[in-house]
Amino acid sequence: MARIIVVTSGKGGVGKTTTSAAFATGLALAGHKTVVIDFDVGLRNLDLIMGCERRVVYDFVNVINGEANLNQALIKDKRVDNLCILPASQTRDKEALTQEGVGRVLEELAKDFDYIVCDSPAGIERGALMAAYYADDAIVVTNPEVSSVRDSDRIIGILSSKTRRAERGEEPVTVKLLITRYAPGRVQKGEMLSVNDVQEILAIDLLGVIPESKAVLQASNQGQPVILDTASDAGQAYQDAVARYLGEERPHRFLTEKKGFLGRLFGS
Amino acid sequence: MSFLDYFRQKKSTAAVAKERLQIIVARERATRGGPDYLPQLQEELLLVIRKYVHVDPDAVKIQLDKEGDCEILELNVTLPESSGRAS
Ligand SMILES: Nc1ncnc2c1ncn2[C@@H]1O[C@H](COP(=O)(O)OP(=O)(O)O)[C@@H](O)[C@H]1O
Ligand SMILES: [Mg+2]
Repeated sequence: MARIIVVTSGKGGVGKTTTSAAFATGLALAGHKTVVIDFDVGLRNLDLIMGCERRVVYDFVNVINGEANLNQALIKDKRVDNLCILPASQTRDKEALTQEGVGRVLEELAKDFDYIVCDSPAGIERGALMAAYYADDAIVVTNPEVSSVRDSDRIIGILSSKTRRAERGEEPVTVKLLITRYAPGRVQKGEMLSVNDVQEILAIDLLGVIPESKAVLQASNQGQPVILDTASDAGQAYQDAVARYLGEERPHRFLTEKKGFLGRLFGS
Repeated sequence: MSFLDYFRQKKSTAAVAKERLQIIVARERATRGGPDYLPQLQEELLLVIRKYVHVDPDAVKIQLDKEGDCEILELNVTLPESSGRAS
């Protein structure tokens, strides 16, 4: 049985696509057959982050509409075995994702894959609702910032009421918090909400904390999921998060600032 | 109080953010899952109640619960202490 994971947040620009790419790659590296789907109809971007933008022929909506079959639309990752990408459509028709159509495609993918990672668009409209509807697990991506935390709380509400599991009265979607763009130095100065603050407000389990990192832009420049940059802080933080998701216990790293030369010199 | 003390005593902006979030999130959770008209209903009820008693905006709590097939709209109004039948 495939497990369906939605990466969601409400707010845009917080790191959902970065996380979807890293997470799917991490699961595949751990030996699980994984597909990552871009639900952002009209604003396809996952293909760029995964570095396969020039190989897109057919997309998710083509498959839903029967204009292509899954084998034609799925793009096999060139670096990592067991990893496929299903790109979003660039159509402007927001109605293109029907609940029935999405369900049909997910069911077919579930036959071949262990994990289906759904990269949600921002907002709480159709695209976001469709990405979340069939989820078994949810990763709520949150920046330590007021509007992101508030939007995450709304999304958590939606996950507990508007998903298939909720409608059928099944066991609820497992909701995990991933704090991204965390700047420990600013937290220490009282300029940024801390991990504990965010967790206390949202009251869900913490899957990981990804530091604000230059490696993320460097990775996206090259179309390489940041998790493949194994020397980087963000890459390692994503590896930890994937390992935790798979049941391993790992301490949270990167919660304090690495002190630079001056910092070490003056203590504090 | 020195210039520096002024800054030291000020609450950190992160602490302010946390407090504001706790309040807004609690309020939004209270009407969550209910029909879309619930916040509006709450607003209008507050106006009506205020015609008779002076209450805080936070004194009116509205909640929709499900019990089996029944939906129960629960309205809770905290009256100020001196709200007797004065007039
Ligand atoms: N940990 C991080 N450190 C630095 N920049 C980040 C981090 N995570 C995401 N970003 C940047 O934030 C922007 C939005 O990220 P993206 O994953 O596209 O967000 P979303 O999919 O939620 O809109 C991108 O420019 C990305 O490079
Ligand atoms: Mg995105």
